[in-house]
Amino acid sequence: MQTVLMMLQGLDFKASWSHTEFEMQHSVKKQAKSTAANLTQLKRGETGVLHSLDLPEADARRLMELGFVPGHSITPSNSAPGGDPRVFRVDGSEVALRRETAIRILLRP
Amino acid sequence: MADCHTGSVATLPDPGSPKTSRSHVVAIVGPPNAGKSTAFNRLTGLHQKVANFPGVTVEHHMGKVKVDANHEVFVVDLPGVYSLQPRTEDERVTHDVLLGQMKGLPRPDAVLLILDSTNLARHLVLAAPVLSLGLPTLVILNMSDDLARRGGGLDVAALGAQLGAPVALVSASRGDGFDKILQFLSGATRTAEPVPAKMQLPVLQDIPQCRQWAAAVGAKGKYRAPAPPLWTRRLDDIFLHSTAGPLVFILVVVAVFQAIFSWATPLMDGVSTAIESSGAWIGSLIPNLTLRSLVVDGIWSGVGSVLVFLPQILLLFFFIGILEDSGYLARAALIADRTMQRFGLQGKSFIPLLSAYACAVPAIMATRTIENKRDRIATILIAPFMTCSARLPVYALIISAFIPDRQLLGPFLSARTAMMLSLYILGFVAAVLTAWLLKSTVLKGGASPFMLEMPPYRWPTVQSLGLRLLDRSKVFLRRAGTVILVVAIVLWILAKLPLHDGQPPQIADSFAGSVGHFVEPVIRPLGFNWKIGIGLITSLAAREVIVGTLGTIYGIEGTSNDVGLQQALRSDLTTGGAVALLVFFAFAMQCMSTSAVVRRETGSWKWPAIQFGYMTAMAYIFAFLANRIVTAWFS
Repeated sequence: MQTVLMMLQGLDFKASWSHTEFEMQHSVKKQAKSTAANLTQLKRGETGVLHSLDLPEADARRLMELGFVPGHSITPSNSAPGGDPRVFRVDGSEVALRRETAIRILLRP
Repeated sequence: MADCHTGSVATLPDPGSPKTSRSHVVAIVGPPNAGKSTAFNRLTGLHQKVANFPGVTVEHHMGKVKVDANHEVFVVDLPGVYSLQPRTEDERVTHDVLLGQMKGLPRPDAVLLILDSTNLARHLVLAAPVLSLGLPTLVILNMSDDLARRGGGLDVAALGAQLGAPVALVSASRGDGFDKILQFLSGATRTAEPVPAKMQLPVLQDIPQCRQWAAAVGAKGKYRAPAPPLWTRRLDDIFLHSTAGPLVFILVVVAVFQAIFSWATPLMDGVSTAIESSGAWIGSLIPNLTLRSLVVDGIWSGVGSVLVFLPQILLLFFFIGILEDSGYLARAALIADRTMQRFGLQGKSFIPLLSAYACAVPAIMATRTIENKRDRIATILIAPFMTCSARLPVYALIISAFIPDRQLLGPFLSARTAMMLSLYILGFVAAVLTAWLLKSTVLKGGASPFMLEMPPYRWPTVQSLGLRLLDRSKVFLRRAGTVILVVAIVLWILAKLPLHDGQPPQIADSFAGSVGHFVEPVIRPLGFNWKIGIGLITSLAAREVIVGTLGTIYGIEGTSNDVGLQQALRSDLTTGGAVALLVFFAFAMQCMSTSAVVRRETGSWKWPAIQFGYMTAMAYIFAFLANRIVTAWFS
């Protein structure tokens, strides 16, 4: 399976369409892999806003179905012993993810 | 047998039947954890069966609902889905049924869409594709009691107007609002002809857009999201605490086993007494000696010695049911994930493996949610190592016969419980090591991420637990009434032939004895004699058959009547042999139904053959080692 950077339109409910798309393109090329904050950098109890999911399409879709839709706020919660996997509160549900997955879920700056 | 878990196949309504009134089919659709099964159980009660669609492995529940005095509706409970995109086999089934493309099932006349009202905005996403099917649909918002308690609410009429479909706010666990469902069923299925189907689903692939639509609909329906589930958070702070969590996990497991052992004893004694006295009573009614021997020594001792374990198996299922329905199982999977990861397995393998503690057959079917083929095959191959309930009678018999009833840690852990626990751990260790071996060789590579939804904690409903136990009892009794009965009769005949001067031989000289003696050289190194050999052969059909077989053999020998099966065993097995037998059963693949389902799921005999060979070899080698080590220890 090839990794596709998910391009998510309509991720910002308020921002205008073209602006959002431009932001996305920009982040894909310049920032996504190096500097954008990811879910693992969020401390327990802190809240961030989802930006994009850098995962294979099928996995990203599944995550979105579980509530990981860009634009939603997300809060890390309890975890298994050792801190991995960790439960995330997003869109009214609680979903556990491993660190390897969480690290590829990017947050808005 | 092939129905280790399923009930008999439900008779599907015949779509082409020209009879007076056509049967109506209503499909229950909803995301996982929305309470579909609870609603289904509440609607259909005892009038339900498990069935399989022809050609696919996904099983579904089918039931009848009496809408009014002379009107019945078939309800089918479809696998939980988040969308109607057919990606896994579960989703394909739901998709195909709703579009009327499922062989053997007419297109549903109506849909009950069950959503969790405490999580409405997210669950409404599924409403878009379901409503666009054009079938009469009732949108059921479940968990109304939870919603109210946590201060949420909505305007049912306004939401219905937004969706263009009737909406009912219900609580499946308490039965609130079910009159609305019956009303809908009655109205929607009165039409003689099904509503014309739209041929294709609209393109609703974009989840963020669907989610936005759902939020807007929710807002117009005056939806107020409830406060966070306080109790779930409080409980999670304990159950997922870095030290308390694993401790609770271990305590729960130990408590379950201790309870299975100590609570079941009086019940088992009761069943055992009932079987013995009924056998003696029936025997006294039969004048013919041979016939009496067949009934009392063959059938009663054989089938009866297995029936004794029904209370224990039901207790096991009772606890598994509580753990699953309460939501604790998801937490246990979370705690165990890191360990699973080390062996190349993923979290999604964990739930099937846990259910394999009940029975490997549904567990292997449950692996269909694993999208990655290699992970799925690895999980299928190791599932039979998990200690299934069929091993319980074998373990319980041998442990009670050979392990002294001593307390190890006060009243918390007895020697027998400890032995039982170690056997469960042994199976688990064998499973993960095999997984590791497979994943680092033939099934290398391929991982899909671990995503596990943590449902809020809920009280298990008495009805769901009751139906589970009833279903289990039926399966168990059917097996006792078929396979075990047949084996008992055949064995009795083989043990009474050939006749010498018109007299049945000593069992050692009978046909059954010859078979036992034939395999004896092979199993002697493990510490087993020819009687155990006969049991090993019959247990190839199903593990617990060995208990019935030994019951029959000792029944014919006349030893079981006064000294009991346990004591009879003690004269035939050394402690080394007994431990070897336990180890053998922990590893060996003695279950025809499992092999059949593996063949069906993997599509060829290759994997079941490999599995059988590998597990038998392991069983032999480790039983041999166990016999040697224990014998050396005690001499």
